[in-house]
Amino acid sequence: MSDSPAAPSRTKASSIKAALASVSPVPGAPKPDAIFVGDSITRSFGGLAAVDVSHLEVQRGSITALIGPNGAGKTTFFNVITGFDPPNTGTWSFEGSSLAGTPAYKVAREGMIRTFQLTKVLNKLSVLENMRLGAQGQTGEGLFRALIPALWRKQEEEITERALGMLEQFNLIHVKDDFAGSLSGGQRKLLEMARAMMSNPSMLMLDEPMAGVNPALTQSLLEHIKELRETGITIFFVEHDMDMVRDISDWVIVMAQGSIIAEGPPADVMRNPAVIDAYLGAHHDVALTESGESLTDTSVSLTKSEES
Amino acid sequence: MDWLTVFQNSLTQMIGVQAIIYCLAALGLNIQFGYTGLLNFGQAGFAAIGAYAIAVTVATLGWPLWLALFFGILGAIIFALLLGIPTLRLRADYLAIVTIAAAEIIRQVARSVSLNDYFGGSDGISGKYAADWYALNPLPVGIDTALIRFSRNDLWVVINGWTLVAVIVLITWLLVRSPWGRVLKSIREDEDAVRSLGKNVYLYKMQALTLGGVIGAFAGVIFAVAAQSVQPDNYATTLTFFAYAVLILGGAARVFGPVVGSMIFWFLLVFVGQALNNAVKAGYISSSILRPDQVGQIQFMLVGLGLMALMIFRPQGIFGDKKELALDER
Ligand SMILES: Nc1ncnc2c1ncn2[C@@H]1O[C@H](COP(=O)(O)OP(=O)(O)OP(=O)(O)O)[C@@H](O)[C@H]1O
Ligand SMILES: [Mg+2]
Repeated sequence: MSDSPAAPSRTKASSIKAALASVSPVPGAPKPDAIFVGDSITRSFGGLAAVDVSHLEVQRGSITALIGPNGAGKTTFFNVITGFDPPNTGTWSFEGSSLAGTPAYKVAREGMIRTFQLTKVLNKLSVLENMRLGAQGQTGEGLFRALIPALWRKQEEEITERALGMLEQFNLIHVKDDFAGSLSGGQRKLLEMARAMMSNPSMLMLDEPMAGVNPALTQSLLEHIKELRETGITIFFVEHDMDMVRDISDWVIVMAQGSIIAEGPPADVMRNPAVIDAYLGAHHDVALTESGESLTDTSVSLTKSEES
Repeated sequence: MDWLTVFQNSLTQMIGVQAIIYCLAALGLNIQFGYTGLLNFGQAGFAAIGAYAIAVTVATLGWPLWLALFFGILGAIIFALLLGIPTLRLRADYLAIVTIAAAEIIRQVARSVSLNDYFGGSDGISGKYAADWYALNPLPVGIDTALIRFSRNDLWVVINGWTLVAVIVLITWLLVRSPWGRVLKSIREDEDAVRSLGKNVYLYKMQALTLGGVIGAFAGVIFAVAAQSVQPDNYATTLTFFAYAVLILGGAARVFGPVVGSMIFWFLLVFVGQALNNAVKAGYISSSILRPDQVGQIQFMLVGLGLMALMIFRPQGIFGDKKELALDER
């Protein structure tokens, strides 16, 4: 964010760590200051219970990771709480107001902005136009006001200004006039994330943001996400890259077969036998290192779910 | 008939009443299909509503034309809501099915025997119902030159018709360059992405369907006023498909696409028909190959072939952008 404090003092980061230190690392643990609270959320497809979450809270201002093996139900959970997929049961609230049954566009207006695992860029619009679409409360988006450019031109200029700044940060400025459809897979991921940021989310939900992004850029994006935390944005993300999870998360929630099986600070979670079982199966014979290296390697080989 | 007349007729039709009608129908489809991706296959139904609103209120009830116009627009809005409310939340193909059926229902109702007193059955309604409006015509005479020829009344219709087209083109141009237009184009690309950014997709689709439908109703209004009659069978699915041909010929999602498409379409259609006719009569084509009464069919076959060739060699239409089309193949 252009208006974020430039100094990497990371004051928020340490206060969030401190706040979460007192949270007991058990599934469904209550948080001292939860921005999101979900209860008995279930979603099944035919006989398969894709999501069965009895209780989940996300700490305000934290970077919270949602991990789990392929097919664990992470994307489905995201879809349900953002209004894209109707649940079978469940209630959830965001910033204190209930969002169950709220249509997706209203969820977004409440400040929960999500990206998609399979990127959804608008192919025949330029990269810059994609970005502009993300801005909220646009005067010119009304049918009749649209006819009078004088009403919205100034706002459009401000939006463009902000979009250009954002594209700069996401390394997309050189392709701003290209069709979004001509971008590479990794660039699309970046564009989608940048576009979501245009909406000024209070909670940014990213579904595998780093899949397909080159390692050099990953580093700068991780820094960027940490910067976002300093501005007070909550980040709730799904990711298979354990290095990234370890690097940036304040808290990790592990999902397997639809349920939350573990929660805790990243280092603890990756040492948790239940988590390792979930990833590798109960009868693994892989030696586990303190740093969780074997888990990292395995999950990398499990990840290739990107871009159908 | 000689070649000059063939040319004169073709040019006249290029900017004539039919070209205006199909241009208007295609302008509506451009908002719906071109920009928003809504498959409205019932544009003929919207045109029928516009036409019958004029015919029924003015000819049968004796109301003034402006009031009839108001009812035409209102009717189109109601029709759009009826079609849109149940279908716009569903997948795109549902709208296509529902609109094609609904337009046919309108036509069948209009031509039904039991409603003969209101709609005139299959003969429709005719009469001098736009006489007041024609009386406003300040032009002393029509136009008769080597290139174009219009009667005094037709000229009045054509001038007003193209003015209406110009106004709608201007509105379209303003809209598609606005943030509203950006939302529409985004919906065409991926609705879920648009939803995830806090836009009420359903509302936008409804607005696009309604706006395009009202423009389609104007096509019917012009038709009814120019012919001073309405016949239900003029509003069959052919009208919709010709309008799509016009739109795709000119280039979908281009502001001027429907205008150019309609002009070319009508020029070609009339030119091919009249040239064949002329050639047969003059003996250039022997009657063992083509009889004069077969010209009508051959005319459509040739124009169809031409459209196919266009789709093969210039699939983006005349105004379209090839780069944009190539994105679909990724
Ligand atoms: N639309 C659907 N219809 C039927 N089954 C579905 C549907 N969507 C998801 N599922 C099933 O629900 C389960 C959870 O899928 P989901 O996409 O949420 O997993 P995930 O945790 O995001 O996995 P990944 O890490 O591979 O993205 C899977 O078994 C999947 O097959
Ligand atoms: Mg997923």
